[in-house]
Amino acid sequence: MKKIILSILLVNLLAACASEKAKETVSEPATTPAATQAAEPAAGTAETAQTATAPEAASAEAAIPDNRSVFFPFDVDAVQPNDQATVQAHGAYLGKNKDVKVRVEGNADERGSSEYNLALGQRRANNVKKALIVSGAKASQIQTVSFGEEKPRCSEHNESCWSQNRRADIVYTTK
Amino acid sequence: MRWLGFIVLLCVACSAQAELTIEITGAGEHQIPISLVRFAGEEGMSGQTISSVVSNDLMRTGLFKMIDPAGRAPHEPSEVNYAEWSGVDALLIGSLRALDGGRVEVRFRLLDMVRHIELIGLAVTAKNEQLRAIGHRVADLVFEKLTGSPGVFSTRIAYVNREGKNYRLVVADSDGYGEQTLLALNEPIMSPAWSPDGSQLAYVSFERGHAAVFAQTLATRQRRLLADFPGSNSAPTWSPDGKRLALVLTRDGSSQLYTVRSDGSDLRRITFSETIDTEPMYSPDGKYLLFTSDRGGSAQIYRTAVEGGDAERLTFDGSNNFSPRFSPDGKSFVFSHLDGGVFYIAVQDFETKQMQILTTGGWEKKPSFAPNGKLVLFATESQGRGILATVSSDGRVKQKMVAQRGDIREPIWGPFLKQ
Repeated sequence: MKKIILSILLVNLLAACASEKAKETVSEPATTPAATQAAEPAAGTAETAQTATAPEAASAEAAIPDNRSVFFPFDVDAVQPNDQATVQAHGAYLGKNKDVKVRVEGNADERGSSEYNLALGQRRANNVKKALIVSGAKASQIQTVSFGEEKPRCSEHNESCWSQNRRADIVYTTK
Repeated sequence: MRWLGFIVLLCVACSAQAELTIEITGAGEHQIPISLVRFAGEEGMSGQTISSVVSNDLMRTGLFKMIDPAGRAPHEPSEVNYAEWSGVDALLIGSLRALDGGRVEVRFRLLDMVRHIELIGLAVTAKNEQLRAIGHRVADLVFEKLTGSPGVFSTRIAYVNREGKNYRLVVADSDGYGEQTLLALNEPIMSPAWSPDGSQLAYVSFERGHAAVFAQTLATRQRRLLADFPGSNSAPTWSPDGKRLALVLTRDGSSQLYTVRSDGSDLRRITFSETIDTEPMYSPDGKYLLFTSDRGGSAQIYRTAVEGGDAERLTFDGSNNFSPRFSPDGKSFVFSHLDGGVFYIAVQDFETKQMQILTTGGWEKKPSFAPNGKLVLFATESQGRGILATVSSDGRVKQKMVAQRGDIREPIWGPFLKQ
């Protein structure tokens, strides 16, 4: 049963990274999935651009998972069930490619003090690191950093923006 | 609360010096009627003069009612006809005289118009470029004489100015003029903190790829790395004696409080929670730390002894509370209060445990007291831009300072400077 759920999730994730973000916001009663999805294309392209600009991606072994972002509900630092598959895929990849290194970058939305958000982003990055290790990566392959609310992907004061900023990115840093 | 509907718009325009628009709303309950006569010798001067600096400083506090001299122009006590000034409690007069070598002599007197006596009579000499500083000093003396509290017009503030990806750590006069850039980076700068003597700023910079803590001496611009452990190094704050700093490190996992000597040695861990502990601030007596923690499930303000040990939760209102700062007398603390998705600046008394919201709400963050405890400086937003604002510690008088460029973040009011 668990496997089935997992593969359904995987299909969802592969189909559109937008859907996971829609799920991220289930705790926000006013947000409809449609509304969230409508705001997603920008985020989708930002992610694609990021992937494309990483020169090391091409030279590393073929299958670095495409989705490199993990999203969090407001003031939550635990990796959410629907992002487990993403993190597991990266953990497995790192397990198979011991020379590859990543930096996990934690971010937060602006609702908090800058220092609290720096701390929250660090906890998000640390939790993604732990999950990567559980999935096969070694601690020495993973660096963590927090940008708090200092490097928002989106800078408007609304939930569709905030949901994009509550994020940890897995950035491949080795050649 | 009764607003007197007193709104003044001071647009300091028409010169390269124009950096700010200052808007003041509200007024103190008991305003002191005061009149300032433009000093003799200022007649031909363009831009800001000593008397205009003094006038602006006093007006911004909301504690004074500025009475137009209406053509009367005494510069010496012998020229003052007391009968002409009914309704005016205090009168400031003075003169400027140019000296050799780019210096100027400033004489001024503050007269008590009710009792017909001289409250202050002073003469100082200064360089021409120090006129604004002299103006702030005169305003401090007038403020102290008339209110009983020391003025803070000569003190300085620090903040971060962000324009796109360009960040500047800025030090400015208390009225936002005289900006000096201490550091310019294309990576974020956060959390400036004044040393107790005002000679240094500690702050967080991302120039090494992650948050690291630096300290910088203002006079020499010399900077040193204070904490650069793996993860985040942040939230520096100085002990009242300047010998140690409290800061936040994630080197042992989650954000925890540590203290360290000001040379970076003798690191000690203070909190041992598995949760977020951040934004420490020393009590004025140096015995306690206030800090923000989510150990109870949401971000709230706690107090612990500087050696560590049990922590006491202090805030219970609203959804979250952040960024505590002690009042200079240690009797209360100011903080950013999040309720219903809106940030307010609030103050809470230690003894009564009563919280008072001082502002009307918005994106109001990072409050800090002026060193006389009468005003609170904080960051807010106006028309989509980060700006500076102040509110009197009783919530009556509010002031916004809108810079011409960039977003202003992370302001902090500096200490009194030794004269």
